[in-house]
Amino acid sequence: MTIQFNDETFRDDYSFYNSERAIKRFPFPFHEDSYMYSVNMEQHRGGPVDSVYEKRFDVDEHYVSEMKDRAMVLADDPLRCQSLPHMTLAGWDLLELIMVSKSEDYPDLFELHRDGNNWRWINKPLGIDDSFTFLDETTLPYGPMEYITRQAQGDFCVLDQRDDNLWMDAGMVTTQADWSLDFDIGMNFFEWHAPVPLAHEKGIFVRALKFLLNIQQGAPARRLNWTMTVNPLLDTSPENYHKWGIQKTTLTPENIGAKQHLRVELQTFFRLPRSNALVFPIRCYLCSFQDLMTAPKWGRRLHRVIRDLPEELATYKGFIDNRPMMLDYLSKFDDGLPTSPGIWPDLETEPALQK
Amino acid sequence: MSQFTFPPSIRSRPVYGTLTPRAGSAHLFIADAEGAEAIIAMATPEIMAKGHIIYIAKGTDYEVQLRALNPASFYAGPSYGAAEQRIHKTLADAKMGLQVYLTGTEGLIGQAQNAAMQAGVPHTAIQTEHRGSTARRMQCVHCKGITEDVETDPFVCSHCGLNLFVRDHYSRRLAAYQGVCIDAEDPGTVPAPKGIYE
Repeated sequence: MTIQFNDETFRDDYSFYNSERAIKRFPFPFHEDSYMYSVNMEQHRGGPVDSVYEKRFDVDEHYVSEMKDRAMVLADDPLRCQSLPHMTLAGWDLLELIMVSKSEDYPDLFELHRDGNNWRWINKPLGIDDSFTFLDETTLPYGPMEYITRQAQGDFCVLDQRDDNLWMDAGMVTTQADWSLDFDIGMNFFEWHAPVPLAHEKGIFVRALKFLLNIQQGAPARRLNWTMTVNPLLDTSPENYHKWGIQKTTLTPENIGAKQHLRVELQTFFRLPRSNALVFPIRCYLCSFQDLMTAPKWGRRLHRVIRDLPEELATYKGFIDNRPMMLDYLSKFDDGLPTSPGIWPDLETEPALQK
Repeated sequence: MSQFTFPPSIRSRPVYGTLTPRAGSAHLFIADAEGAEAIIAMATPEIMAKGHIIYIAKGTDYEVQLRALNPASFYAGPSYGAAEQRIHKTLADAKMGLQVYLTGTEGLIGQAQNAAMQAGVPHTAIQTEHRGSTARRMQCVHCKGITEDVETDPFVCSHCGLNLFVRDHYSRRLAAYQGVCIDAEDPGTVPAPKGIYE
């Protein structure tokens, strides 16, 4: 299907919006009425037609505006994109993976023409038509990782694999849930996850690492993660927290439906062929509470999840102060009826709100 | 007493051991302040015959005792920054079998460890022991400026002036802990500073 790209902003006047299609395909992250950490990995081999799982790298109506926002973040702070010297080959691997995937999955939007190492890349939505020599950095305006991730939605962490661990040695990180690539670059899997509460004690990271170390070429995996963001702000970085933190205090019972957004990360994991690195794209999807409430199942479930979430998690995810106001709002959309299993909205089969 | 038992913390926070003599072709000691006590406690004549001590006194009074250990080479400098070129040269000139001993404040250990790793010294040949001040070397996540010897939480960034709280999250690459604005959601409401481990 042809995508109509929104002209929208993720800052200042926040003109971001989700179309009805975007709401229906929103990756609601809760498969049941409660939430706790788990190694919720599954194979990333497609999914229901038009879902965010269908393609290897989902392109949606926010693509062009998200790439404009990324360019603004990088102009303000080039440290959001870094690659340690030994990671250049992995950058080429990533460029190839994204170009091949997008040109195959969206042939009306992207074209890749290859003649040996002479490549031509056409990105129609962004108006790019570049010819370059694969594996020759001097033929691109940026390093390979930066070049391609300026044209791909979501953050990208490129992880080196050695000593039975994964190392955050390169990345493009401009839409992050409050962590700093500049601070964490060079850390291993346990170190960069160190601030996460509860999950270490549950052995989550030991099991997750074991899984990730064994990801094979051609067999990518995925999982969903989530947090909360006031206003559709993509750049919730620690670097700028002193500027955006205050926005959390602007919620009122009147504006919460429009201002409070559920922020979902579709995390995928691909083994890269030449470098044996692992690329970890973290794609951010935002949806306002009021848009989520158009699916009765999601209204019921979101209320129950937020109500029953352990205090440490609500604190870590940064919404402990706003939780009472969220629950006042969400409780109006919970009539106590049971919900169907799984994340999909099931609009045809789930009953309408009974109050 | 120059020893301190750090409370349990998160996985990125460094842990330190106790210096012990090891067989090696040469022995490099980099220390500041009370780190001198750790060297004195483990020094042997055999080690000091092949020993090089790089020491930053930071207002303490151990230099005479360290010199009395008769290391093959001894340097006392006024600050880590002043000693840095010498440290890099020494590490660059190092041969196989060098043993590295780092002791004193976390800021010194972290920076010297970083220098040693970058010079290719295997981590198995580097020992660390914390002694003396528990002050931290902090990076402001906002302006990226480093503030040395931070003793209180919160503290004021010496570069941009924001009020920062002291996290346990630590970067070996930067040899610094992370400081994050404490009053972003309520500007001006800053708790009274107290010692980091109080």
